[in-house]
Amino acid sequence: MFIINCPFCGERDQSEFKAGGEAHIIRPKQPTELSDDEWAEYLFMRKNIKGVQFERWNHIHGCRKWFNLVRDTSNDEIKAVYKMDEKPPTY
Amino acid sequence: MNKNLRVKRGKIIDETYRISFQFNGKTYYGFQGDTLASALLANDVHLVARSFKYHRPRGIMTAGSEEPNAIVQLHDNSDRTEPNVRATEIEIYEGLVASSQNCWPTVNFDVGGINNFLSPLLPAGFYYKTFMWPASFWEKYEYFIRKSAGLGKSPTKPDPDVYEHRYIHCDVLIIGSGISGIIAAKISAKNGFKTLLVEEKPNLGGSTIYQNSDHFKINNQNSGSWLEKEINEIKKLKNLEIKTRTSVAAYHGYNFLLARENLTDHLPIEQRKDKTRHRLLKIRAKKVISATGSIERPMIFDNNDRPGILLSSSIKRYADLFGVACGEKNILFTNNDSAYETAISLIQKGINIEAIIDIREEVDSKLVYEVEKNNIKIFKGFTVTDTSGYKRINRISIMQLSKDGQKVIGSKINLFCDCLGISGGWTPAVHLFTQSGGKLKFRDEDQTFIPDNCPSDQLNIGACNGDLTLDEILSNVPQVLKNFLNIKNTEYANLDIISSTNKSKRNIWLLPSDKILGKTKSFVDFQNDATAKDIKLALREGFRSIEHVKRYTTTGMGTDQGKLGNMHALGIISETADAKMGELGTTTFRPPYTPLTFGTIVGRNVREFFDVFRKTPIHEWHTDNKAEFENVGQWKRAWYYPKNDEDMHQAVQRESKAARESAGILDASTLGKIDIQGTDASEFLNRVYTNAWSKLAVGKCRYGLMLNEDGMVYDDGVTTRLDENHYIMTTTTGGAANVMGKLEDYLQTEWPELDVYLTSVTDHFATISVCGPNSKKIISQVIPDLDCSDKNFPHMSFKNAKIGKINCRVMRISFTGEHSYEINIQANYGKSVWEKCMEAGNDYNITPYGTETMHLLRAEKGFIIVGQDTDATMTPIDLQMDWIVSKKKYDFIGKRSLYRSDTIREDRKQLVGLLTEDPNEVLEEGAQIVADISKSPIEMLGHITSSYYSPNLKKSIALGVVRGGKNMIGQKLMIPMENKNINVTVADPVFLDKENKRLNA
Amino acid sequence: MSNKYSFLSLIKNAFSHHENWGKAWKDPEPKKEYEAVIVGGGGHGLATAYYLAKKHNMKNIAVIEKGWIGGGNTGRNTTIIRSNYLWDASAGLYDHALKIWENLSQELNYNVMFSQRGVMNLAHNLQDVRDLKRRTHANRLNGIDAVYLNTDQVKKFCPIINTSPYIRYPVLGGTLQKRAGTARHDAVAWGYARGADSMGVDIIQNCEVKGIKRNGDKVDGIETTKGFIKTNKIGVVAAGHSSVIADMAGLRLPLESKPLQALVSEPVKPIIDTVVMSNAVHAYVSQSDKGELVIGAGTDDYISYSQKGSHEIVEGTLNAILELYPIFSRMRMLRQWGGIVDICPDASPIISKTSIKGLYFNCGWGTGGFKATPGSGDLFAHTIANDEPHKLNAAFNINRFISGDLVDEHGAAAVAH
Repeated sequence: MFIINCPFCGERDQSEFKAGGEAHIIRPKQPTELSDDEWAEYLFMRKNIKGVQFERWNHIHGCRKWFNLVRDTSNDEIKAVYKMDEKPPTY
Repeated sequence: MNKNLRVKRGKIIDETYRISFQFNGKTYYGFQGDTLASALLANDVHLVARSFKYHRPRGIMTAGSEEPNAIVQLHDNSDRTEPNVRATEIEIYEGLVASSQNCWPTVNFDVGGINNFLSPLLPAGFYYKTFMWPASFWEKYEYFIRKSAGLGKSPTKPDPDVYEHRYIHCDVLIIGSGISGIIAAKISAKNGFKTLLVEEKPNLGGSTIYQNSDHFKINNQNSGSWLEKEINEIKKLKNLEIKTRTSVAAYHGYNFLLARENLTDHLPIEQRKDKTRHRLLKIRAKKVISATGSIERPMIFDNNDRPGILLSSSIKRYADLFGVACGEKNILFTNNDSAYETAISLIQKGINIEAIIDIREEVDSKLVYEVEKNNIKIFKGFTVTDTSGYKRINRISIMQLSKDGQKVIGSKINLFCDCLGISGGWTPAVHLFTQSGGKLKFRDEDQTFIPDNCPSDQLNIGACNGDLTLDEILSNVPQVLKNFLNIKNTEYANLDIISSTNKSKRNIWLLPSDKILGKTKSFVDFQNDATAKDIKLALREGFRSIEHVKRYTTTGMGTDQGKLGNMHALGIISETADAKMGELGTTTFRPPYTPLTFGTIVGRNVREFFDVFRKTPIHEWHTDNKAEFENVGQWKRAWYYPKNDEDMHQAVQRESKAARESAGILDASTLGKIDIQGTDASEFLNRVYTNAWSKLAVGKCRYGLMLNEDGMVYDDGVTTRLDENHYIMTTTTGGAANVMGKLEDYLQTEWPELDVYLTSVTDHFATISVCGPNSKKIISQVIPDLDCSDKNFPHMSFKNAKIGKINCRVMRISFTGEHSYEINIQANYGKSVWEKCMEAGNDYNITPYGTETMHLLRAEKGFIIVGQDTDATMTPIDLQMDWIVSKKKYDFIGKRSLYRSDTIREDRKQLVGLLTEDPNEVLEEGAQIVADISKSPIEMLGHITSSYYSPNLKKSIALGVVRGGKNMIGQKLMIPMENKNINVTVADPVFLDKENKRLNA
Repeated sequence: MSNKYSFLSLIKNAFSHHENWGKAWKDPEPKKEYEAVIVGGGGHGLATAYYLAKKHNMKNIAVIEKGWIGGGNTGRNTTIIRSNYLWDASAGLYDHALKIWENLSQELNYNVMFSQRGVMNLAHNLQDVRDLKRRTHANRLNGIDAVYLNTDQVKKFCPIINTSPYIRYPVLGGTLQKRAGTARHDAVAWGYARGADSMGVDIIQNCEVKGIKRNGDKVDGIETTKGFIKTNKIGVVAAGHSSVIADMAGLRLPLESKPLQALVSEPVKPIIDTVVMSNAVHAYVSQSDKGELVIGAGTDDYISYSQKGSHEIVEGTLNAILELYPIFSRMRMLRQWGGIVDICPDASPIISKTSIKGLYFNCGWGTGGFKATPGSGDLFAHTIANDEPHKLNAAFNINRFISGDLVDEHGAAAVAH
């Protein structure tokens, strides 16, 4: 079980958090303009990366804030956390 | 009468405290401090078990958690019975009852022993090759296979014991209290680190504590005495918490470890009452120091499994620690110096040693010289080729080894014995290290895997790190601790050490025999009866990877998880397949290190603590009034209120009639409630609901439907505009938490520009719904100041009000189709307001109704229940609720998905009403709907989602989804049941009061 | 087959101390070119190769496996086999598999120990009851042998379940499929490997895919750690690693790979003779022929390829086990482990062509792929051989995520109101 450094609360046990999948998938501003294919890309298609992944987490049993996290999915090593409005670090 | 093999001066034995216990129905005596194994050995009992496959007689082989053979059933047939308990771990207590398992009728005469003679037909994986004819017979074969498999017996009664969890956060966790662990604990605690030291055995000190030889001295004291002083000192350190009988089970990432603290297993049963049996420690350590020691290796030769064959180091432990001789005619068989340490201990204790067989040809070692001085015959360059004695070893055969160690030469010598100690060198206990993700490296000189890279902040010291001698430990441990803990000095810098440093070892994984391999039984996995020839068979058949060999032969898959034999299996594979050990790798060590009781893992979360009960503020009233309850998520909801001897059907008929004819009252407190505030609250609702919200006037309510982004109905409920920038949203009971989470998600991540704040207020309000033609009169009586006229308080509007001095919100909304009010009041007043309503409604036969009646009443009106009438495949269009989907709004959650090629199909499943030909025939919810039963397979058009007998309509009604159903009104369909077909007609889903006249009645 | 397995062959070989058994499969180096290459040597991949060779006469094919065959989810699952699925498409797919299971040992001449000890699914709330009844009715009409049981019947079929009405989530009923059961997972991989090998299929272990070579919109070959292999057809059956392979071809899939855990107890004498599954309190249990209780835990909610999950999942599962089987409190967990499962949004698999000609995917089996192994292999072989899906896997096309025609097997959502 990881220890996650919530950007608002500090280090907490993973059991306080909920994972929210791949980060930086922006909801299309004009969904009606999209083809079925393009909409499916947004809705279902995922990178599902093995390696360094940018992902969303929610401190659901804490401050309830969403934030982003960089984690290596091959060994679960957490590399960074950053707030939703912060620029993602480079990896 | 059994012999007494107790010799004086067992270090941890209290000979003034005698304990009686039973084994296989016979009473024996031991002393305080004994394990079941040591006490049995003291009584000269070696035969304790039968092996898994061949049912061969087996004895006690080790003195610890690596024991493969001596596993027993405790307290058979009692509620505290436990299978597969290692006799080497359980401490005896007055009244202990143990019995042999996996044997019938007795361990002495076991019918299953016939398997040993059938063994030529039972090679590794034999079951994959047979039992296939005739095809239908497998389950008959399997019945017998299953009966003969298994070891002990599962308990059959609930567990009387309790377990608990404890979270521990520490700076440094030290696992193991051998000399390395004790030194580490002292250094760590003295330097200000909050330190936890855990030890699986009842006593501290590992194997050094009973080291009483002149060959191992520290500062001129023998090492055991030196360590004892250190232990006495650390017990006084205030930064240090010491836990014995505590075994680390699992080492997860981020230094999260699980350990089992055993609190009562060593106590007489009557003293266990009201005590916690085990405590599961959930440890988060900033740093972890593993000092888990090493496990002695057996030797692999023909018939190396007989009762009376023990690890040499265990014989020493039994002698020194428990004062027990494992035999009267002992022979030791070794490839290294360790057996000589055992010999010296036995000599000191006056225990007879017949001979030592050493496969090494030349040894230059002080220990060996000392043993030789005692006139003990040492056969150098010899190996054991066979043993005999069915239930107890009585003889060994030895032969000389060839120079290359590949074969035996010369003539056979037979030696008589009743105990054989075997020593194949040492395997560092790296199990926890690899569990944590650590990588191993192979050390050629003594053929061991030792820790290499580790992913977390941890350190391995002492024998588990490959430092196997006293001088290596004492010179290395303080040094590496300085770096690891970042401290300047330790007090262990200038120790004066005498240590036997001879590390010479002749490693032969599979010792040669004068017989061909196929005729030998050289056990590698003792419990599962996997032999060297099984491993070779697996390789011959193309199973090359260690994992394949393990699975094919079941090596390492017993309850000891291969702690003894796995290295030999690897070694034999390496030799046979001509592959390097380091490249073969090891099998994965899976948690737990030693088996962990389910009860321990679960702790207190059993029975009433299995899951939270959520109860409404009015719950007590419902129980007082004999309500039956329904689980809805974690909530307990009143389901119906049977009067006298009513069954559910009767109660529901009564309740629903009362609600339509006069007045009903429902506890709706479980509905999710979300307080929404902010200048963009209206815009926010526009985006999350399918319909438009901007124009909803303050004081008005509106029903809303929420979709998933995939266009499918997700939740519904009424939302009220309390003020310009203030709404209260209600959600379904089951969906409340998910809706809240989803709304927060969109708000924080997609639309951070919106000025909106969400607060979950579900638990803050009690919600009481009063409905029926007389509801207005009742509400007026409960809240006299409220203007209940239809003009000033019309349907779908809201008013602030006061009941006495207490503020409340009253909504005029209806889920039953009746004139209806919903009072929302601070939760702690819920029950008294409910009682007020009951009192006011007394004259009108106000009738409390539960969820079942609520479901019926809303079905009469064709109102959906999300999750019952919908699954994750229904769009609002499918529900024939096109009216609620705004065509004008540019976007809302899920809108785009409604226009995909599949979701715009006309012939999707659509919600319709269904009426049975026979009005008294109530359909089964979940039953399938078809048009034609003549063709096979029968095409299913949909299914019944809700179905009731309506006392108000005096007929059966149902809702269902039917492919293309919206264009099928009036059409006849069929419900094919197992024993009959029921004819139905498709109808409008609104069965009652299509004009909504009752709302204002 | 040179080495036919039978009781007689066991006796015969006993006389030569079992030293004359041949290899169950060879271990060849890859050829330069194959008619088709299957990526992934788990049960599904090996079955695919077996049926390609057997039914479609494609013998010049290879299965390439990164590690050792059967070492992924095939060797890590809890071996439950059933076909009582809700939707027609799923029922068709899984029952096709179940029918093959019923004769698989004889077909492969390898005892896969398919044991029809029945699978029971329990209902713990009123919506569970509705959902299970709905499924049972659908099963019956689809010719699947599921029946609905009331609480007493549940108790009768499996007496050790705690059916007291006073537990937190009492058992309100259940369904039983008697043809369902379990099999020996390793044997499935080994049996298919041996069968495929005997027809000339090359099973190449320790061979990892490094890239997929495309020629325009067609596949041209595959880069591996054992060199380049030319082929026009690549069938990917890589379970948790499907997205990784898809990425090499420039594709994205609707998958997330998550940790799934399981555990076994120490072995004991027979105590539970069927498979019992409970979705609501999340506890699956059966007993292996060796005597271990085999218990399936749930998935974590984050993507991970580490083959490790969180302890909470295991703890939660055992909480549920003790709720339903209080007698197991003193049983001990012997081993726990994790696998990586690739999960589709609708909890149904993908057995499909892709936008790249000659590239096929069989993935998305989530937590329940083992049961489908023979059917999945058969249908995927058909799809690869004919470049066209079989009617039984047409619904499991990847395009369903674009059209919205999903096969949602999550079961209905939690009851509301």
